[in-house]
Amino acid sequence: MSNITIRLPSTRRTQNQYETGTSYLVTPGDVITEDTDYMRGHGTYCTGDADDKLYSSVAGVVERINKLICVRALKSRYTGEVGDIVVGRVKEVQQKRWKIETNSRLDSILQLSSVNLPGGELRRRSATDELNMRSYLNEGDLISAEVPQVNVDGILSLHTRSLRYGKLSQGCLVIVSPSLIKRRKNHIHNLSCGASIILANNGYIWIYTTQHSSQTEEGDGGFIISNESIPIEDREIICRLRNCIKCLAKRSVVLYDTSILYAYEASMSYKVKQLLDDEVCDEIVNKTIYLLQQANVGNSEY
Amino acid sequence: MAGFELISDEGYRFDGRKPSELRRVRCNMGVFTQADGSAYIEQGNTKVLAAIYGPHEASNNMRSKVCLDKCFINCEFSQAMFSSAERKKRSRGDRKGKDMSAHIKQTFEAAIRTQLYPRSQIDIYLQVLHSDGSLYCACVNAATLALIDAGIAMKDYVCACSASLTKETSLIDINHVEELAGCAEFSAAIMPKLDQIIYSELNGRIHQDELGQLVDAVTSGCKDIFAVIDRFVRGRLEETASYFTHS
Repeated sequence: MSNITIRLPSTRRTQNQYETGTSYLVTPGDVITEDTDYMRGHGTYCTGDADDKLYSSVAGVVERINKLICVRALKSRYTGEVGDIVVGRVKEVQQKRWKIETNSRLDSILQLSSVNLPGGELRRRSATDELNMRSYLNEGDLISAEVPQVNVDGILSLHTRSLRYGKLSQGCLVIVSPSLIKRRKNHIHNLSCGASIILANNGYIWIYTTQHSSQTEEGDGGFIISNESIPIEDREIICRLRNCIKCLAKRSVVLYDTSILYAYEASMSYKVKQLLDDEVCDEIVNKTIYLLQQANVGNSEY
Repeated sequence: MAGFELISDEGYRFDGRKPSELRRVRCNMGVFTQADGSAYIEQGNTKVLAAIYGPHEASNNMRSKVCLDKCFINCEFSQAMFSSAERKKRSRGDRKGKDMSAHIKQTFEAAIRTQLYPRSQIDIYLQVLHSDGSLYCACVNAATLALIDAGIAMKDYVCACSASLTKETSLIDINHVEELAGCAEFSAAIMPKLDQIIYSELNGRIHQDELGQLVDAVTSGCKDIFAVIDRFVRGRLEETASYFTHS
C-alpha cells in the first residue's frame, strides 16, 4: 500500500541564496600570513625554516582572535575541552574503569570512582563494586557524561557525578559532525514541542521523552532505566525532531535549541516521513535559515 | 616495442590527446556519510573511491603498531573484479595490493602531520572500480581529497601523475594501452605548493640523460592536476562555509 519514490541520478543544484560574506577560506599548504607577530592555533603550522611563514594544514575558514590565528575545518573528530557534555557508548569494561567511545581521537575513560553508585555518593568503592561493574554499565550502553579533565595525551576523563548524567534509554540517537554543535551554557534542553534533547559537544545528539518527576529518588545514580512503553504521539515528536536535525546537518546549519525549534515548526506542514525527501528538506532548511537571519537582525548577543 | 605508434605523425596519441595533455578529471567529496572522509575521482576511465576513518583509537589487531609520538597509518588497497578488461578475482592480501598499499602509506606518512595524533590510527581504504592506467596516481589523488574531507592536518596537497618517454617526447598521464606498450613509466607524487617530490617510481629503463625531462613532465602534470582539484575543493568550501558562518 505504500508509495515508492525512485529518483534518477543527477547532481542537485545547490541553492546559494545567502551572501557568503567575506570569510577567508584556505586549503592545506596555503600561506596565511608572513607576519611573525601571530600565534599559531589549530590547523596551522610553520615549517621551522628561516622563512617563518604560517601555513594552513586543513581546508576551512580562518579565524583570527587578536593575535591568534586558527583554521577551522568543516568536519573533524571531536577534541574535548573541560566542561563539555558528551554522549558515548561503552566499548570495554576494564579493571575499575570503563572505556567509552566518543567520536574523538582516542577513547575516553570513565573511572569507577567517577560514577554515582546506588546507596549514596560517599560510599567507598569495595571489591564487590569492582566485580559488579557490568551490572552498572555493560558494553554497548549509551551514557551522558561531563568532561572534568583532559589528560596530557588527549584522553578525556569523564564523570557522571550529577543526576543529570548517567545511562540513557527511551530515546533516539542522531550522529552529526561535532563542528555543527554550538557551544552554549546549556546543552540539555526541554523543548517546548514535548521532548527533551541533549546536544552533546562530540556530535552525538540524544532525543528522548521528557521525564516526569515521579522517577529517580535519591541514590539511584542514574543507572536504573525504565522500560515502560512510550505513547505513539511522543514517538512521533521524537521522529520528527530526528528528521529535522538530519536535514539541518545535511546542509551544515549550526545546531542549537532555537534552530532546531524553528526547523520543527517549519516541518509541521509535512508528514514525518516526507521530511526525508530532498526537496522538503531544502525547503525546511531555507525557512529555518531565514528565520534565524531575522532573529539575528534584532539581537546582538544570544 | 609496440607494433603501433604511440604518437601519430601529426603528434596525437592514440586516444586523441596531445602528449602534454591530461585526461579529464572529475571528482567528488563526501560520498560516504559513514566514513570520516571520503572521495571519488575519475581520471579518464580510471575510477577510484577512497574512504578515510580516523584518527581513532587503534583497533585490536593493530595495537602492537601504535607509536607513542605519532599516528599510525593503515592503508588497504583493493581492485574490484570487474575493474580490468578481464574479470579476475583478486584476494585481499595479494602481492600487487600489498605493494600499492605500502607505497601509498609511505607517501602519506610524509604528507600528514602525524605528530598531532599520537597513539591514534588513520585508515585509508581505496577501491578501484575501473582501472585504465595510472592506478597509483588516481589512488593518491583520491586519498588526498578524502583526507581534506576528513579534516586531517596535512602539510600540503599530494598530487600524483605519471609520464612516459617515447621518441624524445614525454607523454603525461599514461593509460593502460600506453602502459602495455613497453616504454618506461615514471610516476611521482609531489606537494605542489611546497614544491617537493615525496614519492617517485620508475618502471622500466631509461637513459640517465632522459631522467630530467621525465621529472619535469611529471611535475607539470601534477601541477595541472593540483589546479583542477584545488578549484573543486575551494568551490566546495564556499558552498558549505556560507551556512557554517550562520551563528
